[in-house]
Amino acid sequence: MTVADALLLALGAVAVGSGALVVTSTHLVRAGLYLVVSLGAMAGLYLVLGAELVAWVQVLVYVGAVVVLLLFAVMLTRAPIGPSADLDRPAWPALVVGGGVGLGLAALFIDAFRWTIVALPVPGTTERMGAEIFGTWVLPFEVLSILLLSALVGAIVLSRPDIGAPKEGGA
Amino acid sequence: MPLWLDLLVRVVAVVAAFLVLPLLVGQAEHKVMAHMQGRLGPMYAGAFHGWAQLVADGVKFVQKEDITPRDADRRVFQLAPVVALFPYLIVLLAIPLGPGGLVAQPLDVGLFFVLAVLGIGVVAVLMSAWASANKYSLLGGLRGAAQLLGYELPLVLAAASVAMAAGTLSLPGIVEAWSPWWLLWQAPAALVFFVSGLAEIRRPPFDMPIADSELVFGYMTEYTGLRFAFFLLAEYVGIIVIAALTTVLFLGGWHGPAAEHLGWLWTLLKVFAVSFVIIWLRVSYPRLREDQLQRLCWLVLVPVALAQLVLTAAVKVAL
Repeated sequence: MTVADALLLALGAVAVGSGALVVTSTHLVRAGLYLVVSLGAMAGLYLVLGAELVAWVQVLVYVGAVVVLLLFAVMLTRAPIGPSADLDRPAWPALVVGGGVGLGLAALFIDAFRWTIVALPVPGTTERMGAEIFGTWVLPFEVLSILLLSALVGAIVLSRPDIGAPKEGGA
Repeated sequence: MPLWLDLLVRVVAVVAAFLVLPLLVGQAEHKVMAHMQGRLGPMYAGAFHGWAQLVADGVKFVQKEDITPRDADRRVFQLAPVVALFPYLIVLLAIPLGPGGLVAQPLDVGLFFVLAVLGIGVVAVLMSAWASANKYSLLGGLRGAAQLLGYELPLVLAAASVAMAAGTLSLPGIVEAWSPWWLLWQAPAALVFFVSGLAEIRRPPFDMPIADSELVFGYMTEYTGLRFAFFLLAEYVGIIVIAALTTVLFLGGWHGPAAEHLGWLWTLLKVFAVSFVIIWLRVSYPRLREDQLQRLCWLVLVPVALAQLVLTAAVKVAL
């Protein structure tokens, strides 16, 4: 077992463990904080695999923005300190779906790769990422930016009932 | 030099910088503010112009009782100061001091790394605010989160402009590509970056989340002793980090006469000059109200940063 293997296993355990705590913890805000740990561990996984840029994008976008927005919303509405007894959690369906998907994927991967050893790819430097995105993947990239732009415009229109016609919005 | 020794030297250097530079800035703040207000500031600790005042403060903080409020979420409450401090320590790793690899950890995505790690600070604000079980803390924390999320956008956009101009995300690479006329070309981005950097570290005039005259001390209200000192230390390291980033990205880092040998000195001088301006602003400007603060961000800084991006792209394509 190499250092990379050990790190992957450890980070994976952290990610899965804190992920499980997210859905089982009865402390609302703590669940959000466990999500930070889980996403951080996933960024660590990317780092071990040499995808530096993706790892820091994960930290910037998910830890720095998405989870923070989530925590922000929870604190604005209802965030008791201590356990909440009245959380509405369908445990069994969630367990069946989550466990089923997890086990199914695991079985699929184990069956597909067995003991094949896959060497780590060349580290994903910024230059290589840029060349890939704006070379091979430029069409999906542009389609995604149009999707994001229309979501932005939609958000502006929805949050401003005073404007009649959709306003040009890019910022 | 063997690898482990090299690593050890770098880590020790970063930790030393982490412990010494904030003290220097803190002491400078005491003295500069005092003289700007017609006072002398600390004069007794350490005999010569109160140079040991912050050491004395540190000893005082250690002696104080460490109180955790009864209704607080203890673990989150106790963890928050560490989470507040840690990102700044990590960021210092990537800041280049001089030419020829005088940086603790040269990173291909240095700029991105720095911005991503700085973004973690907002989690600490929310943690401390919520776990304190105090309405003032929670109000301060919500203000802080709204401010940090908002100002992150112009910060990243302004940094993106420099990255575009230099054609790299590596911090030493950006300094390498820098030339004096960037002072003019990238001036709007520099201003936007500096102002939103100030807001990111919640320094006056952007200290609405702390606002001692109305929110007591915002999310830091319930903290005492060493944990409070951690927050203070985070603020001063924050000054260093923002000053260093402004220096590296916009002021040319180690560029200056005899940069080959004195590069590190130029970087440090520029960092301290920017830190001085940060202290100066605290003395000069009243606190921005919450709505003014958000207006400045969304109606001034973001459009200016976007316009700068267009300008940068246009010049880049034209040249």
